[in-house]
Amino acid sequence: MKSLKVFTRVAVGLSALTLIYAYFVPLWQILMWAPQYPEGLEMKIWINTITGDVRTISALNHYIGMKTIEVSMFPEFGYMIYVVGAIIGTGLLASILNKRFMLVTYLLVILAAGIGALVDFYLWGYDYGHNLNPEAPIKIEGMSYQPPLIGTKVLLNFTAFSGPDIGGWIFIGVGVLLCGLVFYEWKSNKVIK
Amino acid sequence: MKTLVKPFVLLLAGASAFLFYGCKPKGPQEAIVGDAASKVYVAPGKYDEFYNIVSGGFNGQLSIYGIPSGRLLKILPVFSVFPENGYGYSEETKPMLNTSHGFVPWDDLHHVAISTTKGVHDGRWVFANGNNTPRVARVSLKSFRTEEILEIPNSGGNHSSPFITENTEYVIAGTRFSIPMGGKDVPISSYKENFKGSISFIKVDSTSGRMNIAFQLRTPGFNFDLSRGGKGPSHGWFFFSCYNTEQAYTLLEVNASQKDKDFIMAVNWKKAEEYIAQGKGTKEKANYAHNIYNDKTHTATSTMEKEVTVLDITQFPDIAYFIPCPKSPHGTDVDPTGEYIVGSGKLAAIMPVFAFSKIQKAIADKEFEGDFNGIPVIKYEAALHGEVKKPGLGPLHTEFDEKGNAYTSMFVSSEIVKWNVKTLEILDKIPTYYSIGHLSVMGGPTMKPYGKYMVAYNKITKDRYLPTGPELAQSAQLYDISGDKMKLLLDFPTVGEPHYAEAIPASMIQANSLKIYKIEENEHPYAAKGEGKARVERKGKEVHVYMTAIRSHLTPDNIEGIKLGDVVYFHVTNLEQDWDVPHGFAVKGAANAEILIMPGETQTLKWTPDEVGVSPFYCTDFCSALHQEMQGYARVSPAGSNVPLKFSTGVVEETGSKK
Repeated sequence: MKSLKVFTRVAVGLSALTLIYAYFVPLWQILMWAPQYPEGLEMKIWINTITGDVRTISALNHYIGMKTIEVSMFPEFGYMIYVVGAIIGTGLLASILNKRFMLVTYLLVILAAGIGALVDFYLWGYDYGHNLNPEAPIKIEGMSYQPPLIGTKVLLNFTAFSGPDIGGWIFIGVGVLLCGLVFYEWKSNKVIK
Repeated sequence: MKTLVKPFVLLLAGASAFLFYGCKPKGPQEAIVGDAASKVYVAPGKYDEFYNIVSGGFNGQLSIYGIPSGRLLKILPVFSVFPENGYGYSEETKPMLNTSHGFVPWDDLHHVAISTTKGVHDGRWVFANGNNTPRVARVSLKSFRTEEILEIPNSGGNHSSPFITENTEYVIAGTRFSIPMGGKDVPISSYKENFKGSISFIKVDSTSGRMNIAFQLRTPGFNFDLSRGGKGPSHGWFFFSCYNTEQAYTLLEVNASQKDKDFIMAVNWKKAEEYIAQGKGTKEKANYAHNIYNDKTHTATSTMEKEVTVLDITQFPDIAYFIPCPKSPHGTDVDPTGEYIVGSGKLAAIMPVFAFSKIQKAIADKEFEGDFNGIPVIKYEAALHGEVKKPGLGPLHTEFDEKGNAYTSMFVSSEIVKWNVKTLEILDKIPTYYSIGHLSVMGGPTMKPYGKYMVAYNKITKDRYLPTGPELAQSAQLYDISGDKMKLLLDFPTVGEPHYAEAIPASMIQANSLKIYKIEENEHPYAAKGEGKARVERKGKEVHVYMTAIRSHLTPDNIEGIKLGDVVYFHVTNLEQDWDVPHGFAVKGAANAEILIMPGETQTLKWTPDEVGVSPFYCTDFCSALHQEMQGYARVSPAGSNVPLKFSTGVVEETGSKK
């Protein structure tokens, strides 16, 4: 079993602690603009809730038969605090156990969580954009309203943007850092041999 | 010879006629200099620099204009009903117009005062006077709504109002007409003995803005015109222009213009406060309405107040002093330093400028020329800083810029005269179109005027705009006063008949402007805070519809079981929480107006059906793409019919011939 460099060990510990921020800042954001909303509408996804102009967005979306967005619709908000807790725990454990396989495990857990979150977000977006009320006042043949996974998309009179918020960027940053650390550990070991 | 002379004479006559025609004076010259257009151009999507709060005169409203564009932004009802949004028509707003004479749906709104702290604008409230049925209103600069109206007892017409003290401690309400107090039945010819004037000091709560009459000064009988509070060194004093010291009661045009000088009355209100604190005031019975709008219940209440405390200034000789002022003064304006008081005798050839320090010295040295009904009259020269010689004809009102200059409106010579307050030297003159009343320098009545622009509010319009029949809009002109010479920038029509106006920088108002009412904070007793709570209830002959409005339906939209003889109340709650999504409501045959309901608000429309049948109702404010679908039906059955009370939205049933 390979031990970690002191630098790696400290960086891994700190990165896990940094993730605590995720409890206090929004993770993801959806921004929308329309001619009538030059100031834009926003929706912020937090670890356990959604904030922003949710009510306004729902009021507008009812025309095209989209569901009213409510926090209770998403079971994710019940368990995401534990998932993030587990990730932080894995990171701290990697630092404490000081083993290379734990570093790799930590990285894999973060990557899995990130991919899982995106898949989950895509599925919700698909459901939200496709399962429309058949009695909606406005129906456009062949039109669905799935929000963009990442990036910008034009939906009727709205331009929607979806992307990470502060919390999301912290996760991405930690992921990138861990990749770097794994590479650094692998490289330095090779040199010693 | 003769034959030669004749054509020569004819030629001469023709030439002189041509010459005379050439010399005939032209009409007023257009005085646009330089690139005026770019100075008033506010590009699409950009904002004006100032909110201009303009009195509406005989329309009883305030209008809000942007400066420098002159664009009308809003008409804000104060003393007059406003069918456009239901003010004075909805059950909630009717109490705002209650008075001791019952519901009075109109008044004449002359002057405005934006609240100040330490003599500068604080952006909280605007006060306005109702001249005809004496009232003072307080309007919020956050919601742009009338929040409070206080009737003024013992007043014959509230003209000398709503001027304020340096920190908005008091709003003033001075009577224009003297009257016999307490509704006495006396001959009009007994004016001198029976008619009295009255000046109310309305205390303003510094947090809530709530008004109440702290005390009234009882004065000898004549007319009060305008007034201004002291500031800086003169804080604690108030200056009132008085006319008709002849005490005429008929043909005032002639009989009130006989004396060489009328008065400016200087009132030491701190001294009056002391007497009141010592219990020297007399409590008198009165009956006046106090109307308050609550923006949590979205409802106004009207309470009748029964008492007022009076101080007779003839009994307390150190409260008030008279300063002689030439010929029926209109404006009495205090400069930003608080030292100089400008009197504008509207029939006088000079304008006196009094110095506060000299007035104080004259009082200390007892430099009096006599008394008027027991009140000391200070010697004119003892109070005088100097006179502005031959300023123009018919000086009315003076405001000030930040550089020590004064601007006086001249009604008769239809111009504005710029002069230096200290040196009294006339610096510039510029025409107005036509016959200016008040003028308004940005921040002009405060201790720190913003200067830059000045607006003339004129009394005669004539040919300024495309004609619209005998009745025309009022005209206003905007001037650039940043340089040595005044420059005309813009001419814009105004609604009602603006008298006075004040302007405040947009930066002090814009960010605080309310966007919606929070539905969670709605405490209206008939609010339906959610479609699930919408319902119809019968209370004897009253039918209460708890209705909700949200894009794009009303709930309930089918109502049955109303009978002829019922009175129906539609309590409509707008469930929207998004900016600028009001809904409106109107029902066929309702003998009043529509109501506009802002997001989160509840308003009530009363409807007394007068025929059997089905009456449509609908949303009157184009709210959404499906606005035209936002409608419903109310079925009215004959009195005594057994149609059950029923209501729904979105329920389709096949009733066929079922009855």
